[in-house]
Amino acid sequence: MRISVQHEPFDLGVESTAFASGHSDMGAIVTFTGIVRDLPDDPMDAMEIEHYPGMTEKAIEAMAEDAKMRFSLGDVLVIHRHGRLQPGEMIMMVATAARHRKDAFEAATFLMDYLKSRAPFWKREISASGVAWVASKEEDETALARW
Amino acid sequence: MNVLYFAWVRERIGMPREVIETKAATVNELVTELSAREERYAAAFEDISALRVALDQELSDFDASLEGVREVAFFPPMTGG
Repeated sequence: MRISVQHEPFDLGVESTAFASGHSDMGAIVTFTGIVRDLPDDPMDAMEIEHYPGMTEKAIEAMAEDAKMRFSLGDVLVIHRHGRLQPGEMIMMVATAARHRKDAFEAATFLMDYLKSRAPFWKREISASGVAWVASKEEDETALARW
Repeated sequence: MNVLYFAWVRERIGMPREVIETKAATVNELVTELSAREERYAAAFEDISALRVALDQELSDFDASLEGVREVAFFPPMTGG
């Protein structure tokens, strides 16, 4: 299991290949990658991501441990960036390894749902119209209810 | 006790952290105490339903006890992923 909270960019290909290697007993690897999405009507200069050093790592580790138990995962990888990012940059990735694809897919969805509203990150969008904190969505909270 | 503020809570209060002396028994009591200090605190804590609190880096509740707690953090709902 590897959790990394970092400012630096990551190489999706290198990370995915390294994660998929050495798991001959795992038949399924699922990866999800999040991208900084531009605002269609208000082009964004940057997205700034603030986090709570210490709590962030602990919270993600707890989610990953939970996912491992629930979905019998062989391995988990979470990389989440912070600081100032440009639209189109990769902001985070999750990878899960399981014996069968259903567990790998579900575990990736579970981790994404939890990362959205239980990992202490706060995003703000900087565009020509100003600076705005991204508000949490009701649907992100309800997404947790199904687990 | 260390008190930390993040995102717009940090902006409203005007600093990321401070060390305070308090006799507050619960998070709610601490919020009342801080709000009474200055307008900027009152503005940050105006609607606590829009806030979250972590005690020693674990998500908690506003009615939780502060006994033995060394670090309290206030922030808006998280927006990771």
